[in-house]
Amino acid sequence: MDDPLIVVTLLLVAAAATAAVAVRDPVRQALVLSVLGLCLAVLFTVLQAPDVGLSQLAVGSALTPLLLMLAVRRVGRRAKGTTGTTGTTGTGDGEREKAR
Amino acid sequence: MTRRVRLLVLALGGAGLAALLVAACLDLPGFGRARHPYGTRAVHASLARHTANTIAAVNFDQRAFDTLGEMTILFASVLGTVVLLRQSRDEKRAAPEAERVAAPVRRYALLVLPVAVVTGLYIVAHGQLSPGGGFQGGVVAATALHLLYLGADYRALTRVRPVGAFEIGDALATCSYLVLGLACLLAGAAFLANTPLPYGTFDTLASGGTVPLLNAAVGMEVACAVVVLLAHFLDQAVEIEEEGSRSG
Repeated sequence: MDDPLIVVTLLLVAAAATAAVAVRDPVRQALVLSVLGLCLAVLFTVLQAPDVGLSQLAVGSALTPLLLMLAVRRVGRRAKGTTGTTGTTGTGDGEREKAR
Repeated sequence: MTRRVRLLVLALGGAGLAALLVAACLDLPGFGRARHPYGTRAVHASLARHTANTIAAVNFDQRAFDTLGEMTILFASVLGTVVLLRQSRDEKRAAPEAERVAAPVRRYALLVLPVAVVTGLYIVAHGQLSPGGGFQGGVVAATALHLLYLGADYRALTRVRPVGAFEIGDALATCSYLVLGLACLLAGAAFLANTPLPYGTFDTLASGGTVPLLNAAVGMEVACAVVVLLAHFLDQAVEIEEEGSRSG
């Protein structure tokens, strides 16, 4: 625990995790979650567990946020379909939504 | 049960849990010790079987049966997702349209795609030698494939990714892990015991007996499972629509 690198990465993880809870918009939350995944991967690597770090990097910072974004997009589309409005839901994946 | 009683029960349970947690934490070994009773034993066992990456030896040799359980969990959860996210009767399928992608995004995605896929396959192939393995490499390779969705569009992705083939690959890989375990049994040892194959030269691709084979089976299973999982999520997000709604 006396290694400053470990303390710094632990603080980074705590900050990212707090931010993930504090952010309310699901799309932004997915992005913050991805940052948290990255911080955790760094922490695991610093603690000499590169295998776990690699899993965390692949799942926590790529796969989970991607699944979340897709779920948010699907739910947003459903809400839009039932209310009949055509505007974007104003949540992230901008370019693609605009191009439609 | 009134609100007050419920809160009381919750407080009681929470206090009990907190007390147990504190008691358990007080008995934990010190943070970041250099020596660990299981660590030395695991390293010794993995070196005896010529596996350079001790984590791979733990996953696919000493605790190969646990890995079978984890693999089955992933398989079952993907199966459940496929069943839940199928097209229901009140939904219809809309053909996805061609979409324009910003030039820098396209350039970057198509440049990184092959590198990322090869990295994923490398991590699977070198699981028994360096950090990584079937699970990590499988996830990397599968998510890398979806850079095509960012760089081109959904139609390009569906063309290079036949979901049916990946579903079959998922099932085949899960079966092959079981078959390898049974082969160990037939060779006269216990289920999934790393004895039937020669251990090879230390720190080469073919070292470790059954470890590289089990590792490859897990790699294929995870890659196929992630592709199938993302395919059904993408299907819901892009193609399937509820009856009567048509968002452009």
